[in-house]
Amino acid sequence: MLLIGAEDEEKWLAEGIAGIQHNAFYLHRALDSNNLRDALKYSAQMLSELRTSKLSPQKYYELYMRAFDELRILEMFFKDESKHGVSVVDLYELVQHAGNILPRLYLLCTVGSVYIKSKEAPAKELLQDLVEMCHGVQHPIRGLFLRSYLAQISRDKLLDIGSDYEGDAETVMDAVEFILENFTEMNKLWVRMQLEGPGRVREKREKERSALQELVGKNLHVLSQIEGVDLEIYKETVLPRVLEQVVNCKDDLSQYYLMDCIIQVFPDEYHLQTLEMLLAAFPQVQPTVDIKTVLSPLMDRLSKYAASSADVLTEFLQVEAFTKLSNAIEKVIEMQVDMPAVGAITLYVSLLTFTLRVHPDRLDYVDQVLGACVKKLSSIPKLEDRWATKQLVALLSAPLEKYNDTVTALTLSNYPRVMDHLDNGTNKVMAMVIIESIMKNNTCISTADKVEVLFELIKGLIKDLDGATDELDEEDFKDEQNSVAKLIHMLYNNEPEEMLKIICIVWKHTMAGGPKRLPFTVPSLVFSALRLVRQMQGQEGDIVGEEVPATPKKIFQLLSQMIEALSAVPSPELALRLYLQCAKAANGCDLEYVAYEFFTQVFVLYEEEIANSKAQVTAIHLIIGALQRMNVFNVENRDTLTHKTTGYSARLLKKPDQCRAVYACSHLFWVDGQDGIRDGERVLLCLKRALRIANAAQQMASIARDSSGPLTLFVEILNKYLYYFEKGNKQITAAAIQHLIELINTEMQSDSATSDAFLASTLRYIQFQKQRGGVMGAKFESIKL
Amino acid sequence: MNFLIGAFKPACNISITFSDGKSRKQVPMKKENGKTIMVSLFQSKESIAGKVSIEPLQGKKIEHLGVKVELLGQIEMYFDRGNFYDFTSLVRELDVPGDIYERKTYPFEFSTVEMPYETYNGANLRLRYVLKVTVSRNYGGSIVEYQDFMVRNYSPPPSINNSIKMEVGIEDCLHIEFEYNKSKYHLKDVIIGKIYFLLVRIKIKNMDLEIRRRESTGSGANTHVETETLAKFELMDGAPVRGESIPIRLFLSPYELTPTYRNINNKFSVKYYLNLVLVDEEDRRYFKQQEIAIYRQQDS
Repeated sequence: MLLIGAEDEEKWLAEGIAGIQHNAFYLHRALDSNNLRDALKYSAQMLSELRTSKLSPQKYYELYMRAFDELRILEMFFKDESKHGVSVVDLYELVQHAGNILPRLYLLCTVGSVYIKSKEAPAKELLQDLVEMCHGVQHPIRGLFLRSYLAQISRDKLLDIGSDYEGDAETVMDAVEFILENFTEMNKLWVRMQLEGPGRVREKREKERSALQELVGKNLHVLSQIEGVDLEIYKETVLPRVLEQVVNCKDDLSQYYLMDCIIQVFPDEYHLQTLEMLLAAFPQVQPTVDIKTVLSPLMDRLSKYAASSADVLTEFLQVEAFTKLSNAIEKVIEMQVDMPAVGAITLYVSLLTFTLRVHPDRLDYVDQVLGACVKKLSSIPKLEDRWATKQLVALLSAPLEKYNDTVTALTLSNYPRVMDHLDNGTNKVMAMVIIESIMKNNTCISTADKVEVLFELIKGLIKDLDGATDELDEEDFKDEQNSVAKLIHMLYNNEPEEMLKIICIVWKHTMAGGPKRLPFTVPSLVFSALRLVRQMQGQEGDIVGEEVPATPKKIFQLLSQMIEALSAVPSPELALRLYLQCAKAANGCDLEYVAYEFFTQVFVLYEEEIANSKAQVTAIHLIIGALQRMNVFNVENRDTLTHKTTGYSARLLKKPDQCRAVYACSHLFWVDGQDGIRDGERVLLCLKRALRIANAAQQMASIARDSSGPLTLFVEILNKYLYYFEKGNKQITAAAIQHLIELINTEMQSDSATSDAFLASTLRYIQFQKQRGGVMGAKFESIKL
Repeated sequence: MNFLIGAFKPACNISITFSDGKSRKQVPMKKENGKTIMVSLFQSKESIAGKVSIEPLQGKKIEHLGVKVELLGQIEMYFDRGNFYDFTSLVRELDVPGDIYERKTYPFEFSTVEMPYETYNGANLRLRYVLKVTVSRNYGGSIVEYQDFMVRNYSPPPSINNSIKMEVGIEDCLHIEFEYNKSKYHLKDVIIGKIYFLLVRIKIKNMDLEIRRRESTGSGANTHVETETLAKFELMDGAPVRGESIPIRLFLSPYELTPTYRNINNKFSVKYYLNLVLVDEEDRRYFKQQEIAIYRQQDS
């Protein structure tokens, strides 16, 4: 019995269909000859095929449809009294003579529908009788199909009756009562299917039941189509009765389907006005019902409905839709202790979406939803479930997307508390989402409080969280930290005082991030602080009095702390660059000793931390560049610093590097501008020294191997000569240049090197200057090529 | 006897006609040979009047010792076939002894005849009413002709007609409560009722309501009972659950029922029962039988 093969089933179905066809043939003959007696006999025999217990619901449906088609023909025959000569009243009795209940009831329903249409008896009584008589079929599948037939065949009549306002409201109620009664009985049968057969075919049973759900739901559909069912009737009769059935049947499949069905078939307006009643049913359903997939569409529909017009929106406020939904969800979660976290969170996501759509102005609602979620999650410190995590991210992302303004999220007190429940990885992802949202919307976060909250939110990125396993992807880490660095630039306030506060807070947080993060975050912070400094510089006049908390001095103190932390990482090269930036800024603020202090730090770093020769070269050039622009130093300080610089330049490892550093140093003594230093002698000294080094390099190269390197150096030095010559350095004479050119030419010949493009352009330039005439042309006149 | 009559042609044709034969209701009656004929219908205390006409065969005369017509009410037991017990016997002499040369017609009348019992055709017996015309002769035997007619008696609706309501069951297994709206039904009546399931622990497959006829003949040690199921009407398909209430609506008109007959002339009784049968999935039957009374109601 259990192992019914598909083949056997096919065979039984084929037999059933053959039986129906056979009897239908004789039925048609009887109908053609207007023979009522035979028509009843053969139709009853035909319907007997539906008494089978051997078929699955799908196959039974096939059989049913065959019989259904025949019954439509029979119904036409019944309708036409002239054909059979029996009044519909008598016909109604006649069909009840059939001995077997199933054919009897099918025929009764068929005649009944004709009877109702004829209006020879009150529809109410007939409907009542039909729905009552159908009690005789208690077999779930056969009963469901029979009642489904009843619903089907009476449908158009019901719609007529239900829409018939010419009578009174009672006729509508008759139709409604009938459908509700039939619906209740069908649901009972449907639920009972579950109890049939042993437990191990449960899954199959459920599948079979799902195939039949439409039959039950059809009733609700018809109810929704009856015009006479207005809000009043829906509220007073339809919904309470349907919900009563839903709750009492205690069957999860049925509860799930029917709740969904109610939500789908009836208009949104009704749902809104009966929200309390509808929601009250949810906590009462079985714990296994997947409430979230039912409630979510409801909220979705309602929020769309709310968006449809402004009038509707006021209705939402009137019925306090949010409060009701929120309470219902809370109750559901309370009742269903075993509901997995993912279910609860999904519900909150839906509620939040609803809130954001319907009450975008009510941030307190949003916070309330988040708060409720936190409450639910309080027992679980970190979410392990992947789906739950996903939902939680959705929950947190929703307000960000809605408001396009992350600042809003910062005002939600429960937001960080929800984030706490994410695992570390997801927490970071969420933090990234927040940052991206800020970047995308170009949101400026302008108060210290908000910054504090923000950093609390993204703390997953800012520091190592407790229990974090360090299996980070290097690339990811870089991305994350770069984002944080970008974020720092978005923190801005025009008020220096507030800005300083912001900087302090950010510093406090980033400091906790440890050596790995500092190289990423400190530069941003430093530049952010320097911007403040420059800003204050611009409004210097305004800063008066001793009470002003934000002074450049203070900021510089803070800056040196920051960079010091960086050099401890160690990240000396970066620190060095930042020190130089600071020095420049200090220069701008006319704070000599501060700038000097920064340079001191630079040299200390250079000496102690930068050992790599390449790095040294870069560092030296940076130092030279920075120092050249400093104008704040007095002669003494400046001498000290330039002296140090030239000294370091000459002590570089490689000769070419030495040479280049030294001729670069020449610029330290020649600064353009009004009060720039113009110490031509020392410039010449530097250049000569560079030449010497170049010579030495050339000799070394020729001993070791052929190389055109040193020649380039000479050309470079020549260019420096030309530069200073044009600038009017009296120490650089045309003769010296002439001499240098000749030197290069000699070297070229001995070296038998191919013509050098750099040299050629340089010479072309001299030629050009000569031909240009004027003062410059006269100056160059004496140089012979 | 019959073949003798067949062998010797009867000397005359005898026909019996009722005076209101044209207007009187004709009803079908099954003969012993299985054929159905239409016969006139009477009820008790009606006058039965008519004519008997005797027509000798062409050119023959009939010498007779007298002509009479009898109205007989007979009970015939099938185990004692051919032996009639006459519970009613009325005689009208139609002619004194003499000769009949040509067709001769005699009117007769039995006024307000008591016919307390109905015509009945049962499993083991029959009760019939017949008019018997006898032309007595000295030789060649008497010439006899029969005319059946049917008697049905109507009862007024009973003044007391309680419903039948009962709770039955098997302990911890099945408890039902059933109700039939009346205990006395007329022949065209409808049985309305319901079965209420108080407890269901067995897997019921279906439930039928049967109408059974119990015909008992004889008395004492010789009592012979024959039970026949006249109707098998399915009330329920499938297994109900506790609290389910199944409606009953059974029209009696399609079935060939008779009224209940109680101790007819000390010879027999015919009683009717409603038998509620539940069948479980292992085809075990659980039933409860209840007697109902059936009466004939005058058609309105």
